[in-house]
Amino acid sequence: MGKYICKRLGMALVTVFVVATLTFFLMNMVPGGPFMSEKAVSPKAQAALEAKYGLDKPLFQQYLTYMKDALHGDFGDSLKQRGRTVSSIIATKFPVSARLGGLSVLVAFCIGVPLGCISALNRGKLTDNIIIVVATCGIAVPSFVICTVLMYTFSVKLGWLPSLGLTTWKHYILPVTALAFYPTAYITRLMRSSMLDVMGQDYMRTARAKGVNQFFVLFKHALRNAVLPVVTYLGPLLAYTVTGSFIVEKIFTIPGLGGEFIGSITNRDYTVIMGTTIFLATLMVFMNVVVDIVYKIIDPRIKLK
Amino acid sequence: MNNNPLNMIQKFDPEDFLPASNEEKQSLVVMRESVSFWKDGLRRLLKNKIAMTSLVVIVIIMIFSFIVPSFYPYSYSQQIKGANNLGIMEYSEEEQAQIDAGEKVFPHILGTDKLGRDYAIRVMMGSRISIMVGLIAAVIILVIGSLMGSLAAFFGGWVDMLIMRIVDIIYTIPEILLIVLISFAIKSPLENLSKVPGFGWIQVVGANLISIFIVFALLYWVGMARMVRSQILTLRESEYVTAARALGASNGRIIKKHLLTNCIGTLIVTTTLQIPSSIFTESFLSFLGLGVAVPMPSLGSLASDAINGLNTYPHLLFIPAALISLIILSFNLLGDGLRDAFDPKMKN
Repeated sequence: MGKYICKRLGMALVTVFVVATLTFFLMNMVPGGPFMSEKAVSPKAQAALEAKYGLDKPLFQQYLTYMKDALHGDFGDSLKQRGRTVSSIIATKFPVSARLGGLSVLVAFCIGVPLGCISALNRGKLTDNIIIVVATCGIAVPSFVICTVLMYTFSVKLGWLPSLGLTTWKHYILPVTALAFYPTAYITRLMRSSMLDVMGQDYMRTARAKGVNQFFVLFKHALRNAVLPVVTYLGPLLAYTVTGSFIVEKIFTIPGLGGEFIGSITNRDYTVIMGTTIFLATLMVFMNVVVDIVYKIIDPRIKLK
Repeated sequence: MNNNPLNMIQKFDPEDFLPASNEEKQSLVVMRESVSFWKDGLRRLLKNKIAMTSLVVIVIIMIFSFIVPSFYPYSYSQQIKGANNLGIMEYSEEEQAQIDAGEKVFPHILGTDKLGRDYAIRVMMGSRISIMVGLIAAVIILVIGSLMGSLAAFFGGWVDMLIMRIVDIIYTIPEILLIVLISFAIKSPLENLSKVPGFGWIQVVGANLISIFIVFALLYWVGMARMVRSQILTLRESEYVTAARALGASNGRIIKKHLLTNCIGTLIVTTTLQIPSSIFTESFLSFLGLGVAVPMPSLGSLASDAINGLNTYPHLLFIPAALISLIILSFNLLGDGLRDAFDPKMKN
């Protein structure tokens, strides 16, 4: 087990390193620098600014300096937002995104798992068909479509909910719904098929045959086994939430990390691009490792490789 | 001696050992024509109502996006004077005057956008782009993925090791971060390249679209490669291949009749299911402004443009949004149907 964890963590570190390196050189391939778009900056001042941030040095030297600083936990200052360090930007923006993402993951689980069970228990009946049709359609709808339809219906037409920003609890309803929509549909389908799979197992028949209460058969034998595949979906789900947050934060103008990432690329804010990419990549890669390890702990049948 | 129960020789009638007569042989001839893999799959697919409906929907959308625009009276970039922001089936004042004068004016079935471009043709062109992206990306992924997968499986050893390590790393890379970065980074080198003689076609296709394809080619082949590799590895060792070899089948026959037929179902299904996911990604990128270049529309960019006018012109948003969902849904359902028909083992 220890060996496995070490191996996975090592792979994860390599991946983060590869992503950081790729990002660094890709970002410098993007034409234009951080100080070029500003009209008021004279060539002299621009050169001075570039010298201040070390952008006049050869690219490879910049890379080495950056990586050395990053390893020491220093992600530098933002080139565009004067006087703010990248770490402080991430520290203020990430909690917003995390709350949004966490809530939608929670919502997706709390709705998807019961819906999937209900659907599997009523296999072939009307309830099952309705749930399957809705879930299948839900998987096909891109997040920006959900966002805009929700915004149009509930804030423009009905005026029930605010559409922009993230201040009161009412502001959370629409973005969280939009972000949770796809994962809910996906979890419902996953849960249904794994529940059907489990219900056909021999131990279910044995449990029924020895007279176990229907309630216990369902919750102790079926549900606990059926929910395992859903746990593996947690990794991809996190990746989806990050991706979805780019769109959701753009449409609902939420000051989160996803919007910051897209904004930093358009602004050529090199240090912020690097900082957010490394941060998000680390988050996603290590979450995947954690999910895999947790999965192997809760399901001992899985062999460690 | 005769009482020995083990001595069974006397129970046999010598007639039992005579060669079979022609009549007896007839009973063993299979009357029904043997069903080939394709016929069997096709029969199952044709029976699947949902898959067939999706196929019909896809064909209809394809006719509208590839054939209808060639004789449609408006073009996707043509700005009609005075016809800005028309509603569904409305005419501009100028056109109304023409109609009153007895001329025939083709109606703006879906209205026009804020620059006075006919929206119906823009939506059709948009779906053309989306479908093209889906199909081309699927082909790119199929070629690269199956090539890398079979290379890894056939050669084994360090080739396998190297390819699978690359696959592992790409697999764990959060691709969306890189997609956004790569499409930003290769946009302008491609634009410069398009000015070089001989590379003018880049401008026709659009630098952004090509960068989307490059991104797909770089990052999305890994799933396909893994699948093909594991398929070939297990198929090569399976009992029916050993049996076929024992019966004296040639390598060519084994590859053609056993390996390929068993692999191709999975390949078809994975490729088909890749189409909607590519369309999904393209619409996501277009929505963020990284997709196709103006004035070329894509369903994602049409929806993105329409967001600002959501209060007054909601149909400009809802039409492309509904269409993209419909396209993705149809391809998903068709892919599921194909899986049930050609690859029943994968059905869970």
